[in-house]
Amino acid sequence: MKKTGSQIIIECLKKEGVETLFNYPGGAVLPFFDELVDAPFHQILVRHEQAAVHAADGYARASGKAGVVVVTSGPGATNTVTGIATAYMDSIPIVILTGQIPTHLIGNDAFQEADIVGITRPCTKHNYLVKEIKDLSRILREAFYIARSGRPGPVLVDLPKDILVGSAEFKYPEKVSIRGYRPTLEGHPGQVQRAVHLILKSKKPVFYVGGGIISSNASRELFAFSDKLGIPVTMTLMGLGGFPGNHPLSLGMLGMHGTYQANMAVMESDLLIAVGARFDDRVTGKLESFAPQARVIHIDIDPTSISKNVKVDLPIVGDCKRTLSKMLSLIEKEDHQALREGLHKWHRQIESWKAIYDMHYQQEQIIKPQYVIEKMDELTGGEAIVTTEVGQNQMWAAQYYKFLKPRTFLTSGGLGTMGYGFPAALGAQVAFPNRLVIGISGDGSFQMNSQELATAVQYRLPVKVAILNNGFLGMVRQWQEFFYGKRYASSSLEGVSPDFVKLAEAYGAVGLRATKPEEVVPVLKKAFSIPEPVVIDFLIDPEENVYPMVPAGEPLNQMRLV
Amino acid sequence: MRHVITLLVENEFGVLARIASLFSGRGFNIECLSVAETLDPTVSTMTIITHGDDQIIEQVLKQLNKLIPVIKVVDLVDKDFVEREMVLVKVSATEKTREEILRITDIFRGKVIDVGARTYTIEVTGDEKKMDALLTLLKPLGIKELVRTGRVAMARGSKAITELT
Repeated sequence: MKKTGSQIIIECLKKEGVETLFNYPGGAVLPFFDELVDAPFHQILVRHEQAAVHAADGYARASGKAGVVVVTSGPGATNTVTGIATAYMDSIPIVILTGQIPTHLIGNDAFQEADIVGITRPCTKHNYLVKEIKDLSRILREAFYIARSGRPGPVLVDLPKDILVGSAEFKYPEKVSIRGYRPTLEGHPGQVQRAVHLILKSKKPVFYVGGGIISSNASRELFAFSDKLGIPVTMTLMGLGGFPGNHPLSLGMLGMHGTYQANMAVMESDLLIAVGARFDDRVTGKLESFAPQARVIHIDIDPTSISKNVKVDLPIVGDCKRTLSKMLSLIEKEDHQALREGLHKWHRQIESWKAIYDMHYQQEQIIKPQYVIEKMDELTGGEAIVTTEVGQNQMWAAQYYKFLKPRTFLTSGGLGTMGYGFPAALGAQVAFPNRLVIGISGDGSFQMNSQELATAVQYRLPVKVAILNNGFLGMVRQWQEFFYGKRYASSSLEGVSPDFVKLAEAYGAVGLRATKPEEVVPVLKKAFSIPEPVVIDFLIDPEENVYPMVPAGEPLNQMRLV
Repeated sequence: MRHVITLLVENEFGVLARIASLFSGRGFNIECLSVAETLDPTVSTMTIITHGDDQIIEQVLKQLNKLIPVIKVVDLVDKDFVEREMVLVKVSATEKTREEILRITDIFRGKVIDVGARTYTIEVTGDEKKMDALLTLLKPLGIKELVRTGRVAMARGSKAITELT
């Protein structure tokens, strides 16, 4: 039977199991929106296209499903770019459908025309311009397949208006075959065997795990591995939740604002087992002196991540989950008792680092941001889904909330996008309507997408936004204090931000405020009990800094501790 | 070190842009690039000449492979291969130099493909060294214009690129 392009898209989305769309309409894409009126999808109308992508991203990170965004041509499409780049850097599966002017007008500088395929080429895993309706269903099938498989990522499909209204025979392609795209899932057996032997011979092994642990759903395998042998685990920002933060073998996060024991352990380790991580500069500090004594095993599904920054002794290209599970089954056949017993000394050394410096802060008469996060962690038992913006709020959340499970910490790690956290929280809440979702924010970041309060209220998404309000772009201020002679150029927001309580109320949400430490717990409790969107304005110490800190470009053991 | 990379890519719009933007976005250098359809009209072959240390070339090859429309990538540098380029040169031809130009063209097994009142246009094919030698000889005679196709390359022996590892 013949169907219109718009109908074909809807059929394809159904076949892909899509339930939710984050969208914003406009001229070129109207034929598709017209068809959406009768379609069985949960549709969330955001207030800015950037937020649509962040929300789809939060939905994808929290649920493990692909997020889907529909926007119009021109400005609708260009507004998605920051969201797409954010998802690309963090390997999040999203499919973005953009309207486009009719094919015969492309290149004519028509109204609301933008070459979005050209613009997003470097920040998508792949993108398509549909030029003929006969290709439409194949392209959509490929788009979802590419977004979800291998190292996941955003895929954009540009849909000219004449394709949406044209008609063609619809046949859903059951199979996908792309000759230039065949991700390697199984690690090379010889390499896996060699890795097992390196581990059995090691004295000071450390797991260094990143976002790949989350995206390949490998946390159970990681836990079994680490627990069986007693190998300590440090996580990147993207890896948090991949291993329970309250486990004795958890070293916490490593890198620029990592824990003392994690950074020291990496510097002293004789075997670094990197899994789904990519040796980012915020993790390694000065490259030449990163993990100087360690041999490095690197498991990653993306060959380009291997030996990009750090020379790897034993690369394994493959899916993290499958590879870890294979390695563990091989280790179980070998004599691993000696390794386990030998690690006691290593554990004691790590304990001694913890005794030298553990995460802490000075409690004073003014609210400390770390205290707010600590209390959130206590009150939620580490069970909430937490999103962050970027900067100090992000680092304190990473340091003081003990994430226990994967897909509970959603943050823009690679691109570092302010404005990400609030819409991502909305997306996570859409995926899990009954779970507690907290968006940790700063007074600067929140204002980058605060218009989404309207979306939260419209769809009664009961997210809790906790603004750690210090009247500064805090991380900028911290760098200016440390490295720019306390010259606070363009970083103060004191007295020029809106009243966040009134702002929430203006949108029809609930606004709360805490100004003293003793108000923190009651306000949090109250917020958690309200089944509606709540914004909490925590007036915190304006000059609190994030510690420890490894200044950019210095070795990991050169930490500023106070 | 100089590397000659040959690729099979989907013959579709935007592929050249993807490859060019990969090189520019990641700061890889590209000395020359040539592309054309193969016997199979859905596939094009590309020859890219680039420079870099081992770590950079490893990234270049991996990043090229990562592009969805790239079907196959082979670095020919550690293989035995042939490499050719065609140049068209428009040389000033005076009464004094005509003979000399024809002699040089002959030595390089080139052809005169156009004759003007005061110029010869010569076509020559060969590898990089041959081209350099030719141009060194022609330069003093007065090169008015020079166009090169960029190099194409192929592994020696009976194996096609699809069979190479």
